[in-house]
Amino acid sequence: MTQFQTEQPSAHSTSTEPVIVARDVEKWYDNGFHVLKGVSMTVYKGEVLVVMGPSGSGKSTFIRTFNALEPYQKGSIEVDGITISHDLKNIEAIRREVGMVFQQFNLFPHLTVLQNVTLAPIWVRRWPKAKAQEVAMQLLERVGILEQAHKFPGQLSGGQQQRVAIARSLAMQPKVMLFDEPTSALDPEMVREVLDVMRGLAKTGITMVCVTHEVGFAREVADRVVLMDGGYLVEENTPQEFFSNPREDRTQKFLSQIL
Amino acid sequence: MTSVTPDSVSSARPDVLALGPVAWAKKNLFSDWFNSLLTILIVGIFGWGIFRLVLWALTVAQWQVIPNNFGLFMSGTFPSQLYTRIWAILAIICGLAGLSWGVLGRNVSTLFSRNVLIGLGAVCAFIVLFPPTRPNSLQLLPMVALVAGGAAAGRQIGRKFPGVGKWISLSWFLSYFVALWLLGGGLGLTKVSTNDWGGLVLTLFTAVSGIVLCFPLGLLLALGRRSALPVVRLLSTAYIELVRGVPLVAFLFMGQVMIPLFLPIGSRPDRILRAVIALALFSAAYLAENVRAGLQAVPRGQREAAMSLGLNTPTTLGLIILPQALKIAIPAIVGQFISLFQDTTLLSIVGLAELLGIGKSILANPAYLGRYAEVYLFLAVIYWFFCYAMSLASRKIEEKLNTEH
Ligand SMILES: Nc1ncnc2c1ncn2[C@@H]1O[C@H](COP(=O)(O)OP(=O)(O)OP(=O)(O)O)[C@@H](O)[C@H]1O
Ligand SMILES: [Mg+2]
Repeated sequence: MTQFQTEQPSAHSTSTEPVIVARDVEKWYDNGFHVLKGVSMTVYKGEVLVVMGPSGSGKSTFIRTFNALEPYQKGSIEVDGITISHDLKNIEAIRREVGMVFQQFNLFPHLTVLQNVTLAPIWVRRWPKAKAQEVAMQLLERVGILEQAHKFPGQLSGGQQQRVAIARSLAMQPKVMLFDEPTSALDPEMVREVLDVMRGLAKTGITMVCVTHEVGFAREVADRVVLMDGGYLVEENTPQEFFSNPREDRTQKFLSQIL
Repeated sequence: MTSVTPDSVSSARPDVLALGPVAWAKKNLFSDWFNSLLTILIVGIFGWGIFRLVLWALTVAQWQVIPNNFGLFMSGTFPSQLYTRIWAILAIICGLAGLSWGVLGRNVSTLFSRNVLIGLGAVCAFIVLFPPTRPNSLQLLPMVALVAGGAAAGRQIGRKFPGVGKWISLSWFLSYFVALWLLGGGLGLTKVSTNDWGGLVLTLFTAVSGIVLCFPLGLLLALGRRSALPVVRLLSTAYIELVRGVPLVAFLFMGQVMIPLFLPIGSRPDRILRAVIALALFSAAYLAENVRAGLQAVPRGQREAAMSLGLNTPTTLGLIILPQALKIAIPAIVGQFISLFQDTTLLSIVGLAELLGIGKSILANPAYLGRYAEVYLFLAVIYWFFCYAMSLASRKIEEKLNTEH
């Protein structure tokens, strides 16, 4: 088991206040598969953390424990000071503060773009409809799809859908945004528009955890990069060091495969 | 992920109709000798059959049995001096149907397109020319006007108040109880015993009641079958599998005999009510399976996305999962409603004078001995009309809910 102390975040991160603290998290799937074998990681406020690793290494599973989409059996996860437990109220409170963007967008196909974005603010935050719509329109403008507000997701391109999904998560004004390979399901020409939105987002100072294989994005935006492999966290480093001078052999091997 | 560009919609596609009828027939019906032979054979067989049918209908058939018993067919032994109440029900339905049509079609450029006008005209002509309905033209023609007027009004209302849809739904809901009151009387109206309810009115009443009851029940059973609670899951599954293993006729008889056993002694619910409950309990099991199939077809990511936004389970179910599941299940659900409608014919076995039962009792009258073909053909057309209307409505709803392009 590879364990290491979380260093002071380097680069341009703004704070040392932890937002997510995962300690020795272990998880087994129902079929007995030991997917997380004791992972510890701290995410600091305002930083952009990129998670890399080969397929099947448990990246998705790990970040999905942060908003309790996946339960875990050992260790502890604290989000914004609240420890994730089985208590439903506590889980819902955490999910309000943690936004998530999925590889497959997962927009609600029976609702318009605007309804997709206003749904949670209206039903969870209990905002009046007018306020929710106003905020939604601002967000849609920010991600560059204001004109599509009254269309249905099925009428948009993949890149547009993913940008709507980002706006939908942001509408809840979360403290942390989780991205699970947000560009992997996109045609190459659409990857850029989504990454541009994410770059812009990083500049706003929101805390981001991104599972992605976009090396350019990681180099440019990340404060830290971590590598997962076989259910362990193998290396945690600054992007410069991670890509040009990694500590671990396994990182080197992984990089040689994707670069 | 493909996106539809305006281009691909408007660009001309090869149009079969543009060929012209002769060329079309040549291409599709007489492309080679085998095809031609098939065409001639099939047209021959059908043509002969239709010719014989028309010949029989015009020369041999004795149609007096229909107009002579039209009141019986429509409403059984309902007292004829109270027919106005049935007309009132029809008027409510026509008015609401018109309003709904207008509200739903508020964004269509013209409600009364050429085809619709032709259709309305045909209905009016039919009412005036068809011997059984001719005497009632004075009541029936205003009904058509009510539909058309309701549509025109509904369109205006719908444009002014976009949220009027839920009021229309509420009106439909209330109209059911108004109809019940008009049929049964009480509260200032002369009481009519349910023994006098019959004919098409009873058929429609039991079908609608069965549908209205079985839908929520089926929904709950479907959700129960997928519940995380083992007890709920087990009970729902057991109910569904048990009911699906029993034929409806047995179920109806059991309903007549057994439903009173579950109720306090002395309270003996009405025969019609017992039949409706049995029908609904039976259909709910099948409906649950249709809904379950719809629930399973909604991708897992939908639930996860909703949860990750902080929506709680009931909201996720009500706003995200069910709307999509029901949309997927519409054809199957309407199919189930259609079978329920047809299953009401079995109520004649437990002694209710619904449409088919009335037909049988009329045929038992010596005055109409042997008029089987006429009566059953007439009944078949009525059943077909309502079933086809339902399947047409289901197709329209599907089109309306389609958000893919
Ligand atoms: N519901 C499940 N039941 C059992 N095993 C599962 C389940 N979901 C995932 N796994 C397994 O757990 C392992 C880790 O899955 P996970 O999706 O977290 O990997 P990942 O690192 O995100 O991979 P990818 O890059 O392919 O997305 C995989 O080997 C996968 O087969
Ligand atoms: Mg993954």
